[in-house]
Amino acid sequence: MRKIRFILEKEFRQIFRNRGMLPIIFVMPIVQLLILANAATFDIKNIKIIILDQDHSTFSKRLVSNVNASPYFALQEPSDNTEQAEAALKEEKSDMYVVIPPDFEKDLIKEQNADVQMIINAIDGSKAGLASAYFANLLANFNVEMASSYGLKSNAMLTSNSNSKSIAVTNSNWYNQFLNYKFYMVPGILVLLVTMIGAFLSSMNIVREKEIGTIEQLNVTPIKNYEFIIGKLLPFWLIGLFELGLGLTLAKIFYSIPIEGSLVIIFGFAGIYLLAVLGMGLLISTITETQQQSMFISWFFLVIFILLSGLFTAIENMPEWAQRITLFNPVRYFIEVTRMVMLKGAGFSAVKSQFVVMLTFAFCLNLLAILRYRKTAS
Amino acid sequence: MNNSENRPAVKVNKLTRQFGDFYAVKEITFEVNKGEIFGFLGANGAGKSTAMRMLTGLLAPSSGEATVAGYDVYKEAEKIKKNIGYMSQRFSLYEDLTVLENIKFYGGIYGLSNQQIKQKSEELVEKLNLHEVSKSLLSGLPLGWKQKLAFSVALLHDPEIIFLDEPTGGVDPVTRRQFWKLIYEASDSGITVFVTTHYMDEAEYCNRISMMVAGEIAALGSPNELKKQYGVDSMDEVFVKIARPSN
Repeated sequence: MRKIRFILEKEFRQIFRNRGMLPIIFVMPIVQLLILANAATFDIKNIKIIILDQDHSTFSKRLVSNVNASPYFALQEPSDNTEQAEAALKEEKSDMYVVIPPDFEKDLIKEQNADVQMIINAIDGSKAGLASAYFANLLANFNVEMASSYGLKSNAMLTSNSNSKSIAVTNSNWYNQFLNYKFYMVPGILVLLVTMIGAFLSSMNIVREKEIGTIEQLNVTPIKNYEFIIGKLLPFWLIGLFELGLGLTLAKIFYSIPIEGSLVIIFGFAGIYLLAVLGMGLLISTITETQQQSMFISWFFLVIFILLSGLFTAIENMPEWAQRITLFNPVRYFIEVTRMVMLKGAGFSAVKSQFVVMLTFAFCLNLLAILRYRKTAS
Repeated sequence: MNNSENRPAVKVNKLTRQFGDFYAVKEITFEVNKGEIFGFLGANGAGKSTAMRMLTGLLAPSSGEATVAGYDVYKEAEKIKKNIGYMSQRFSLYEDLTVLENIKFYGGIYGLSNQQIKQKSEELVEKLNLHEVSKSLLSGLPLGWKQKLAFSVALLHDPEIIFLDEPTGGVDPVTRRQFWKLIYEASDSGITVFVTTHYMDEAEYCNRISMMVAGEIAALGSPNELKKQYGVDSMDEVFVKIARPSN
């Protein structure tokens, strides 16, 4: 066990002396969180909207002014008829138009119910989904406002009737009520950070010893396999957890991201997750001879893992077969757990199954890696 | 410990290593006596390194027997590793660590106590005259210094045998001479030296040498015996006669 201390000391010295490594450890989290979280947003503002007000009532004017005040919509020149509005839609001069029918105000007061019609350009399905969701939200607020001002019943009196052309629009699922996409992205980006540290740096570090030939020197020493492996992987396990802490701090400072659940669960899961990822890094290092090879293989797996992780595309929306593949993707579980714990405040019992799966991954990957790692070539 | 005084340091009997149908090393048999400087010569690809890798536990033999420091290469590889030092043709210290850090690391993984590491570090710095660079990164030192340091580091744990795989590749004649002085010192203190080399003048420094050709030992004896046997004046000519018999 004493030998591990010497390996650790050496590893940390080398990591902190490596001019390529320090920027990766400290700059990568900042870049990923500050740039990627903002760039990878599906949050859409300034949706170009045309309103056909056929009612010209106090209520309809109030609704138009609400749309005008919303940061999500950019009110365009009003059209006189639907043909004109449709032409604008075709020419991409607007993203959607809304028809406020005659008798809108009358119906609302008398019948306690009125309809408006939304027509949305749904070529970009997710954008259309968002536009519809934003408008529905705006209507809901309008309802509450009118209810308090005019003593109308506030429940379900104004419903939108969306009529998307030819392409069906499915709304995305929201994990937070203010439609803040960053809350959804940031936990996933934190996972990416930890994964990259684990998979890239660990495999490259071991392969580097192969490249410079020092691994042979180590293999003729009485060092034990487990001592070597622990000495090599523990630094990256610690750096991975440090990275997560740094990322969470940045996310809290810059995005005020909610951390509803327990940090102990997040870090506990990250600890096990890192074991799995480091095991994978070790496994990659046993089958590659150069840092380039190991980078390439790590990258190959990471791209698949990230695309099938539910970070950008909800897993529920994937085809059945792809969903089945995601079951073998460790990244998927970590993203699930961080989102559940951070945003929903899930307790341990809610993520127990993910813990079990991740422990299994960690065990299998490390077992394979240790079996493959040999001091003596056969 | 296996401390019978009469036991050879290395005993090899019909040791073989196959890669598919190719015999890298074919049924070699020899003994290395304690305290001897034993040279392993041969052209590139003759099987020198493969043989050495089997003796140091880096490569599993296909068949045959071998004991190193009295331990069996198949069953007691870990015990062998405690009792041998190794320095390979590829430079084996860490360039991004300082002289003292390298010594500390290798001392540590050979299980030396902190006290021993400290003492050995001082001795080494003194002996190799590295006072001024003891805290510099190795990457800044000349190759000759690094190789002398690597040799000394391989002896940190007082091994019974030291294996040197082309230790003087790429250094100037003066440094090579200094290097061989270190080898003689080690040999004088009772350490068995097993060395592979390309340089025929170095072969003259060895007590006994074996010449490998195509995986087999073609000649074995002291430099003088070999020169007499082949009726030539230098090891160079011996080498040419054995390694390129068609010439």
